[in-house]
Amino acid sequence: VRLKGQGKRCKRSEGLEIRFILIQNRAGKTRLAKWYMQFDDDEKQKLIEEVHAVVTVRDAKHTNFVEFRNFKIIYRRYAGLYFCICVDVNDNNLAYLEAIHNFVVLNEYFHNVCELDLVFNFYKVYTVVDEMFLAGEIRETSQTKVLKQLLMLQSLE
Amino acid sequence: MCACVAAPFAVTTTSVPRTGSLPVLPETTTEAAALRTRKSVKIKAPFCYFLGKSKEAEIKRINKELANIRSKFKGDKALDGYSKKKYVCKLLFIFLLGHDIDFGHMEAVNLLSSNRYTEKQIGYLFISVLVNSNSELIRLINNAIKNDLASRNPTFMGLALHCVASVGSREMAEAFAGEIPRVLVAGDTMDSVKQSAALCLLRLYRTSSDLVPMGDWTSRVVHLLNDQHLGVVTAATSLITTLAQKNPEEFKTSVSLAVSRLSRIVTSASTDLQDYTYYFVPAPWLSVKLLRLLQCYPPPEDPAVRGRLTECLETILNKAQEPPKSKKVQHSNAKNAVLFEAISLIIHHDSEPNLLVRACNQLGQFLQHRETNLRYLALESMCTLASSEFSHEAVKTHIETVINALKTERDVSVRQRAVDLLYAMCDRSNAPQIVAEMLSYLETADYSIREEIVLKVAILAEKYAVDYTWYVDTILNLIRIAGDYVSEEVWYRVIQIVVNRDDVQGYAAKTVFEALQAPACHENLVKVGGYILGEFGNLIAGDPRSSPLIQFNLLHSKFHLCSVPTRALLLSTYIKFVNLFPEVKPTIQDVLRSDSQLRNADVELQQRAVEYLRLSTVASTDILATVLEEMPPFPERESSILAKLKKKKGPSTVTDLEDAKRERSVDVNGGPEPAPASTSAMSTPSPSADLLGLGAAPPAPAGPPPSSGSGGLLVDVFSDSASAVAPLAPGSEDNFARFVCKNNGVLFENQLLQIGLKSEFRQNLGRMFIFYGNKTSTQFLNFTPTLICSDDLQPHLNLQTKPVDPTVEGGAQVQQVVNIECVSDFTEAPVLSIQFRYGGTFQNVSVQLPITLNKFFQPTEMASQDFFQRWKQLSNPQQEVQNIFKAKHPMDTEVTKAKIIGFGSALLEEVDPNPANFVGAGIIHTKTTQIGCLLRLEPNLQAQMYRLTLRTSKEAVSQRLCELLSAQF
Repeated sequence: VRLKGQGKRCKRSEGLEIRFILIQNRAGKTRLAKWYMQFDDDEKQKLIEEVHAVVTVRDAKHTNFVEFRNFKIIYRRYAGLYFCICVDVNDNNLAYLEAIHNFVVLNEYFHNVCELDLVFNFYKVYTVVDEMFLAGEIRETSQTKVLKQLLMLQSLE
Repeated sequence: MCACVAAPFAVTTTSVPRTGSLPVLPETTTEAAALRTRKSVKIKAPFCYFLGKSKEAEIKRINKELANIRSKFKGDKALDGYSKKKYVCKLLFIFLLGHDIDFGHMEAVNLLSSNRYTEKQIGYLFISVLVNSNSELIRLINNAIKNDLASRNPTFMGLALHCVASVGSREMAEAFAGEIPRVLVAGDTMDSVKQSAALCLLRLYRTSSDLVPMGDWTSRVVHLLNDQHLGVVTAATSLITTLAQKNPEEFKTSVSLAVSRLSRIVTSASTDLQDYTYYFVPAPWLSVKLLRLLQCYPPPEDPAVRGRLTECLETILNKAQEPPKSKKVQHSNAKNAVLFEAISLIIHHDSEPNLLVRACNQLGQFLQHRETNLRYLALESMCTLASSEFSHEAVKTHIETVINALKTERDVSVRQRAVDLLYAMCDRSNAPQIVAEMLSYLETADYSIREEIVLKVAILAEKYAVDYTWYVDTILNLIRIAGDYVSEEVWYRVIQIVVNRDDVQGYAAKTVFEALQAPACHENLVKVGGYILGEFGNLIAGDPRSSPLIQFNLLHSKFHLCSVPTRALLLSTYIKFVNLFPEVKPTIQDVLRSDSQLRNADVELQQRAVEYLRLSTVASTDILATVLEEMPPFPERESSILAKLKKKKGPSTVTDLEDAKRERSVDVNGGPEPAPASTSAMSTPSPSADLLGLGAAPPAPAGPPPSSGSGGLLVDVFSDSASAVAPLAPGSEDNFARFVCKNNGVLFENQLLQIGLKSEFRQNLGRMFIFYGNKTSTQFLNFTPTLICSDDLQPHLNLQTKPVDPTVEGGAQVQQVVNIECVSDFTEAPVLSIQFRYGGTFQNVSVQLPITLNKFFQPTEMASQDFFQRWKQLSNPQQEVQNIFKAKHPMDTEVTKAKIIGFGSALLEEVDPNPANFVGAGIIHTKTTQIGCLLRLEPNLQAQMYRLTLRTSKEAVSQRLCELLSAQF
């Protein structure tokens, strides 16, 4: 027996969960961009500019979610940096909002907390991203586990 | 720390102050805050140089560095691994600053085969970021990945898997889609590698599912839901969810495993899961993922599993009521992430009224929460709850809060959600309140959402109109408040409705007339006003305050301020006035004749002025009346506004889009511009066709006509249709009578279903379009219309049609065409019986289909002398049928004339010596014979009575026509 409502929600997340992760400063400079979907370079640049335009006009009284094209951006501002995750409109907003925080806290352990650290330690930040998110999905959520892995990798340097 | 990265360019200039470190997050953990003090990485000045100040300087510096790296790569001396890594890293850095890099790929690929982690890592990072999937290096890259996957070194395997997951090209899928499942389920694979392998496989499955072989590994993957390592479970759940969406049967066993895993998580104490507890919430992300996996399936069939899941959902709802374990926003966010996902699952199952109502109450609390995020999410989530029959009423109780949100929320996106929710919770009981609130919000609404609100108001006003005067008022208000945002679809629609509903036409005319009095009114109002007065201005012309001339002057005072299309519309209104109100004809002709019209630079306006002027001059009153007669009803179909809203809303499906397009193009062609009525109407009465002689020929045998022999007269469209035929719907007799003199309109309407008709007849053949409109938002299933001809009717009437689609989507309309052949004269009408399932209930509707004998009339014009000659020829007592009856409607000469013409006979003027009487003539065409008919209607105004006399060559025909026509007056 086909139940009411079945199917309507199954279709929705056929694509990726996360389309891209962007870290930008207030001036719109990209400090990290991780793409989980194929975009050409022009498209990437356009997305970066649009996200910046959409997110920076919002203030603290606004929600941390904003509709964006056919997706939505879940974002959080830390000092001068905007951490943005672009997901499907039906995705769980709060789960990604806390995923951002989880990620930021972990970068703290590795000193990658100020804008310049992000720039110069870019290769480490990518490693942290890959430990926590892979193929557009949340891969690992335990801070202890990620930290252990990162310390192990650091010992190999 | 890798020195080469900390200082890619060893240039020292004067130091630039370092930008402040992130005064990170007030909500950071204390450990993290403590750790922060450790970071005192020395940043050398030149980087600041790169980060901004002067673009030119940056480019100059970078070009210099690129030249340096190029020379190193091309140099005679072979670079060691460390140097190669250093320069590849610099290239990557330059690329990430936004500059193009067109070399170094080979060196990066070389790094992949290094045995040092740092070198390999930079190589893979370069490949992931910079190499596009069609690079010719892909073979070399794949080779390196292959070696790393086989290396048994978990770090190297991880790097290789992350690279595949990032690039995800088809070539990589071809190379590794077979290998990765083995890595994933092998007993000796490290947990962290399993995590990466699961998601890597997910990526390949998404990009090239055809290359990922299903096999033994699938069942073992499902069992990863039981894995001890919650990170492995987290990654595996994503993979299983995606696989289950495409292959639900194969992954069905994941349901019970997911439920038991979820159950263990939600019932665990807040510290049980240690590493996976986030701000006192056990494994929030994994819980969310498991709940999403369960949304791929209907509620579990196994009662034990189902019971356990219900317990989980109840526990999650209970926890929302407990006092928070931490004041940190992270705690409540994580907890509520799980709660909202649980509510999504409850809505998806839509089967537990108790849970649905509890979910609704929980969301109701959030509607007033101080966190904007929660208010937003509660509004959003409640929107879906409103569509469940179990929780619709519970949602409605929050109407005041939602209305308040509309007025007070600062974030436009929250207000938008409030509008959506009001729209979703609207039904007949609260429509007036919701529409009024939306209208008042519209006055101050953000420009970005005005058009959508306009569409929503227009749809709700139409959908829930009990009283169509309310509908007209609402739409005119809409135009007054937000005229600029009222799209064509909206004002077309109000006109369609007014034209199709004669009970509202007078009110509409009066209301637009009053609205047009405003000194400045929106052009859309002029359009609606022009159209409606052109059609129905006569209904208010009796009032001296809105006399024809006043109406005309009022419209014409707006004319010069309007755009060309509106002016064109007004010109059509004027020519309609010429017909409606002969007394203003000279005034209108003067206007049309003026240079500003006749010589207008716009060709459309000029042409209309010329043609309308000419028409008003040369055409007789009759021809004018025919050409400019009232517009026929519009065929019923899905509201074009609804189609437009569907199109506006987010990512719609392809079919939706196509529907919307089709809808639009129909509107473009069929837009309700008051064009003169179709030309075919003009040519119908053909004075030369004196075919009545045929009718005067030997009368047809009095007995039953010979059967035509054509079988299948019971047009049972579907063999499996239920046999029960509902008793005729109440009021269907009245509706039936209304169709005797007209061919188009609404035959039947209740809360669920509307049936519209459009038909045309020619000689003994006809075609009827039946439009079935689903007025609800839920689909009709097993929708089965059946045409039934009784045994008596069968030999005389031949109906043929095709089945319609048994599913009628909510808001959609389906059309059915019936081909009709009149074999010989008949009395009864066929019955249209419709059966369908709506929600859980079986619906049954039966109505008489207005296919009547008079439809096969062809009018015959003749002179007085001829008429009376034939009248005398048909003087047998059986040939004449007479009926004397009381008038049921006001005795209006014009209406009577229209009805006789609508009945199908010609209306013969100056035939009867008494000008108050009406006489008509025509021929009924059947397949077997043609029957001449003469009729005479004598009104008696004092007595409010009529005498109707029918003379035909056949008694049964006289009898039937007399019955049908008597019921019209």
